[in-house]
Amino acid sequence: MSPRAQVYILAALLALMGAGLTIYKNVELGFPLLPGEYRTVWTIEAKVRFNADGGPAKAALTLPRAQRNMEVLGETFSSSGYGFNVIREDDEYRAVWAKRQASGVQSLFYQLDVHQTPGAALEQPLDLSTKVVAPLLGAREQEAVRQAIFSLVGTARERSSDTRTFTSELLTALGDNRNQDRNLIFGYYKDRSFVDVALLVLAAADIPAHRIRGLYLEDDRRRLDPEDLLEIYDGKRWVVFEPLSGSPGVPKNFFIWQRGGKSLLDVEGGRDSGVTFSVISNDVPARDVAMLSTSQEKEALVDFSIYSLPIEQQSIFKLILLVPVGALVVVLLRVFVGLRTSGTFMPVLLAIAFIETQLFTGLAIFVLILILGLWIRFYLSRLNLLLVARIAAVVVTVVILMGAISVVSYKLGIEQALTVTFFPMIILAWTIERMSIVWEEDGPYEVVIQAGGSLLVAVLAWWVMTNRYIEHWTFNFPELLLVLLGFIMIVGNYTGFRLGELARFRQLVR
Amino acid sequence: MQLPSFLRGGLVSPFQLRRLGVLGMNARNVHYIARYNDRDKYPIVDDKLNTKRQAKRYRIPVPELIAAFETQPSRTRVMGVIEPLEKFVIKPARGSGGKGILVIVGRDGDEYLKPSGSKVTALDIQRHVSNIHSGLYSLGGKPDRVMIEALVDFDPVFDKYSFEGVPDIRVIVFRGFPVMAMLRCSTHDSDGKANLHQGAVGVGVDLATGKSCHAVQRGIRIDKHPDTEMPFSDLVVPGWQELVRLAASCYEMTGLGYLGCDIVLDRKRGPLLLEANARPGLAIQIANGVGLRTRLEHIEKMDLEQLEKNVEERVAYSMDYFSAPPLV
Repeated sequence: MSPRAQVYILAALLALMGAGLTIYKNVELGFPLLPGEYRTVWTIEAKVRFNADGGPAKAALTLPRAQRNMEVLGETFSSSGYGFNVIREDDEYRAVWAKRQASGVQSLFYQLDVHQTPGAALEQPLDLSTKVVAPLLGAREQEAVRQAIFSLVGTARERSSDTRTFTSELLTALGDNRNQDRNLIFGYYKDRSFVDVALLVLAAADIPAHRIRGLYLEDDRRRLDPEDLLEIYDGKRWVVFEPLSGSPGVPKNFFIWQRGGKSLLDVEGGRDSGVTFSVISNDVPARDVAMLSTSQEKEALVDFSIYSLPIEQQSIFKLILLVPVGALVVVLLRVFVGLRTSGTFMPVLLAIAFIETQLFTGLAIFVLILILGLWIRFYLSRLNLLLVARIAAVVVTVVILMGAISVVSYKLGIEQALTVTFFPMIILAWTIERMSIVWEEDGPYEVVIQAGGSLLVAVLAWWVMTNRYIEHWTFNFPELLLVLLGFIMIVGNYTGFRLGELARFRQLVR
Repeated sequence: MQLPSFLRGGLVSPFQLRRLGVLGMNARNVHYIARYNDRDKYPIVDDKLNTKRQAKRYRIPVPELIAAFETQPSRTRVMGVIEPLEKFVIKPARGSGGKGILVIVGRDGDEYLKPSGSKVTALDIQRHVSNIHSGLYSLGGKPDRVMIEALVDFDPVFDKYSFEGVPDIRVIVFRGFPVMAMLRCSTHDSDGKANLHQGAVGVGVDLATGKSCHAVQRGIRIDKHPDTEMPFSDLVVPGWQELVRLAASCYEMTGLGYLGCDIVLDRKRGPLLLEANARPGLAIQIANGVGLRTRLEHIEKMDLEQLEKNVEERVAYSMDYFSAPPLV
């Protein structure tokens, strides 16, 4: 295979790999493609309160299980003086607080951060029992109530075609307070909630059903009681119903805390127990959300990446990852334009210094150091020093110049010039040395051309490297460097004319 | 589609350049240098001492080497070598683009004279030698060796075409076939240097006859030398056939497929190989007013049999095939 074809294949592979990883991170891990994206994170706090009797106390709270459309980013427990652990029993997670001696009002807190992601709320199938315990409607209930229940079920059955439509119909009937049967039932079960009654009627109709406890996520809500949804089994799947409206599906913003099963809270050794919830929302940078949600699962892609480094090293890498972008700018300007610079990648180092110093301060300091350095170098050349010693002398001089610039500008109140330290000294010293040779051999004009070319490339590289999109992409999607690598390889295959050559060879066209 | 010139800002269309067979820098690097020049052959041309050694083996005449210093030489050793000499050249073995070459053409008491007439002290020479050693002129700043060479006794034929400097002839040799040639004449503008971008005159030389066929200075076509006023139409390189033959034989010597040979004419010894270059520049196209690409592509299309020709056959083929159209 010709080298050219190899380059294209390799470049395509690299680009595909980079783009694939990027898309994966965006779609699966939720890393935002654009900077400044914010996500809403809900902080839900459950507060368990009870009045302890004075003896040993134990409180067990059912905890929410992972669900598809809600990502749990983190959880915290606060329970002063209580022993705490999370136990798993019968496919349920329960937080258990325990204390040998407790008296008076006790407050226990459990807090979790969740982020809503698009997608279906619930997973199917669920290992919930579909066994129906038929309600004992015989001895205890009056004949009238029993008749009313069967009448409701009968009407709903007539007006429906399957379990789903039946349930909708039944719930609508139960919510309609002009319905005589319904009023009779609710009159009898005064102390029961709507969902309790609905469950009873569904059981009478021989439909497996249970309660779902949860919360509507709305900002800044306090002391919320959990709300209930109904879930029925239609023979194949579990379907969630909003009980009052009778419409199927989990309502938007509904956070499911408990699905079927036992009670929400059990307290031993206390009275008047209850659990209330508060909800607040925070807008958090999307990347932080992605980081939090993936750090729990320890995604290999994130775990073996710069995110696993300490924050300080990360900020260094943020800069280092920009170097390839600067290199790309150099490649483009060299290959397509044909700019002459002093030292191939010196402009990239300059651009990095400019990022730290700000552009105009950096430019001013660079030109100042170059001029002073050249002047001193010309004097040094008269002293007949060996080359290495002379460059070392220039390095020392550059350092002294930097110190002097810093001190003088600080005294003058120009704090910006203090950032001068970011200039790569050795590179500057070599540049000064090379420039002075160019001056001697090719004249000052060539020095201006080369220094100007370097500065132009450096400024362009700076401009690209400080672009907030570029910064965002290189840091959050370092795999895009593979795409960049592929692109550089393709550029390296360009055999057309450079822009400068279109002027250089113009005399050949007559 | 042709844009009006004021919109193009003095640029020409790349398609037009391509049609004329002009070779660009990128195409040169990818298609010719990377493809035909093996990296392991580079040391032969990149180090002038190696070039000299190799040239000796292939019986190619070169300027006489007086001394070479491997290590940082002492003052006395350098002085001991140059003391008896009137004329000499000091150059770095690995210098590129003519950098770091110091030419001394005479003495004035304790001082040395450069071709431009300016004076250099013994101390300046020492410093220059030290700079070369420390790698100031070599690629990547690697420590370098110093060569002291005899100054070529230039054939006076070019005296009137070169001002304060050394005229040399560059021949591009592709796969052993000479494809284009030019004469580089220094001018007052170029400060005695033969670099075209510094204002030296590039004179295209017809491969068939050794006669000038075109001349430019700073990209503009001229008829006579700007300093000496000599018309280029009278210029003929003597011993042309021998010179072209020397250039063509550098192919065997270096093993490089795409190569630029810099040749000077000595009064007694004839053409001498000054240096060979694995990355010859493209200014030769401007000097000749002709693109290189068509000629290179012609040779690329040759079959094996033609490529196995010996030096004489290759020279004959090139002189016949690549002769320039007569000057109008």
